[in-house]
Amino acid sequence: MEPEQPSPDTEHESLHEEPHLPPPTLWPIGFAIGIVVVLVGLVINPELISSIGAAIAIVFGVLWARDATAELRGESLVVEPERRQMKEAGDGMTAPPADQQGVALPPVDPSTVTRSRFLEGATLGLGGVIGGLITVPVAGFALLPSFLGQKQHKVDLGPLSSFPLNKWFITTFIVDPAEGEVSRRTAFIRNNGVVSTTDPKTKQTTQQPSFTIISNHCAHLGCPVQANGPTSDILKQPIVVEHTANGRVELNPVVPAGYGCPCHGGQYDTEGNRTAGPPVRALDRFDFEVDNGRLILLSTYSVSHVVGTGAQAKIHKYQESGPGEHLDGPEQWFYPLQPPHH
Amino acid sequence: MATTYRRTPTKAELRRQRMEELINFPLDWVEERSGLVGGVRYFLFRNVPSDINWMQTLGSAALTAFLVQAITGVILAMYYDPSASTDPHTGKPVAWESIVNITDHLTMGWLVRGMHKWGASVFIILMFLHMGRVFLFGAYKYPRELNWIIGVLILVMGMMEGFTGYLLPWDQTAYWASVVGINLNGTAPFLGPWLAQFLRGGQEISGETLTRFYSLHMLVIPGAIIALITLHLYLVIRLGVTSPPWSKDAAGMEPEEAEADGRRAGLTRPVPRPAGASAMQAEPGGRE
Repeated sequence: MEPEQPSPDTEHESLHEEPHLPPPTLWPIGFAIGIVVVLVGLVINPELISSIGAAIAIVFGVLWARDATAELRGESLVVEPERRQMKEAGDGMTAPPADQQGVALPPVDPSTVTRSRFLEGATLGLGGVIGGLITVPVAGFALLPSFLGQKQHKVDLGPLSSFPLNKWFITTFIVDPAEGEVSRRTAFIRNNGVVSTTDPKTKQTTQQPSFTIISNHCAHLGCPVQANGPTSDILKQPIVVEHTANGRVELNPVVPAGYGCPCHGGQYDTEGNRTAGPPVRALDRFDFEVDNGRLILLSTYSVSHVVGTGAQAKIHKYQESGPGEHLDGPEQWFYPLQPPHH
Repeated sequence: MATTYRRTPTKAELRRQRMEELINFPLDWVEERSGLVGGVRYFLFRNVPSDINWMQTLGSAALTAFLVQAITGVILAMYYDPSASTDPHTGKPVAWESIVNITDHLTMGWLVRGMHKWGASVFIILMFLHMGRVFLFGAYKYPRELNWIIGVLILVMGMMEGFTGYLLPWDQTAYWASVVGINLNGTAPFLGPWLAQFLRGGQEISGETLTRFYSLHMLVIPGAIIALITLHLYLVIRLGVTSPPWSKDAAGMEPEEAEADGRRAGLTRPVPRPAGASAMQAEPGGRE
């Protein structure tokens, strides 16, 4: 179909008539404030504040409507005249004449902040601010919970009497009862008896229980190492089961010749020193305390190597580090900063 | 536009004409408002070298494999439950039980899960074959270096899909493979320990590890892959398909004499039609 051509009459009119834009008005701002007050009032005090907001909105809405319909009601329009100075388009001016009378907008100095430049900057700036306001909490929520507020769990392994002197037990326990079976961990525990230690400052001698508590997380890539030796069914000794604040705790007697990892063949001696395979250090250990005659596990720490055995062992102790990370030697400089641990 | 006849059209011709108008109407409606029909036509009927071969369909095959993963994955997500907690009735983890339910009890669940599981390997294998083709044909050279880089990113994302998806069945294999995989990441110098702790969602692997792997596996990484595939295809369309290395066609030259008589018309090029036809018959590019 042929597009409709404007008739000569309407074309003539449309060229010479003033544009049908309503004059600038501030009433919509008052109307918007009224709406905001209504919405705020709905939360705070619907009867009073919302009524005030509704009144504001109605008053300004009527004023706005009267303004917008002034022309239709036949009132004369007051249009603000152009106040900017018009210049003659002369030499050195790039702007072409707007019409044949030679009147043009003055050329814009590049350093002038024009309306379009201001709006461009405002759009980019506000967009950046809004983007940042959204990104910061979202990125923080995605990343920080893994690092902050790591809880230390105390694990109650039951009375000390369950651990006969110099006997090894494969001990399994739940670290966080709220989390359930997924937090079940294993440690190899031996009671080294009571040792007397002398504080070098106070010269006082104290009697303290000594335990060797080795984590079963392989120091290669974290697989569960196994005790190399007979356990309860071969030793004909029962598995001791206790129910503590941490749920079900199992003590499986074992006579280990060392520990071995099923994944990649790492081997350790009974103190957790690496003897063969890919691990880079000794097995991690648990801190412990004795509370009311009960053995309580605390957090883990990493060990580069152990000299000696049992209560006399000299443990080269380091901050808890992930499997496969060197603690000593030049390779330790690859891991200068550890994430927060409990 | 209606075909003009020199004689009065027969009833059959009129019926055919009405049918054509009926089919073209919705297409023209969409084309007029979006230009999409012309765009799709441009994509499907763009010029490609005359001597391309089947090796150059490996990219489309990899794309198809990804679409299979996306569709089967969406359906599996309707039945899978990423919870590490223990079902009090059975004493088994909820996530593992929901996988058993999909495999053993839901109608055709075994099929959809099998498609997703084996399709994962197919996707990776096809990406590698496609990569080999691009390498051996020298198709990564100027001006297509950027598309090689994007392709490598898609491959890495595909591997990450494999890694995160492997944990979801929540059985012994899944658990220990993820322990080893995360700790392997942890041995990377400097930021490795931080990366590992982020992947675990804490110091120890836990139920949070499962939920975050699930979110990464079905939302974050697939979104990134879709965005990268879009870029990849855009560059393929913009830069065109390369000839094989043994091609006798001069690079970048259009055999004009062959085009003139329509000899190349066929699957990859429309049969020339009279001008002024509807959108479906317009030349590639649609609008002039």
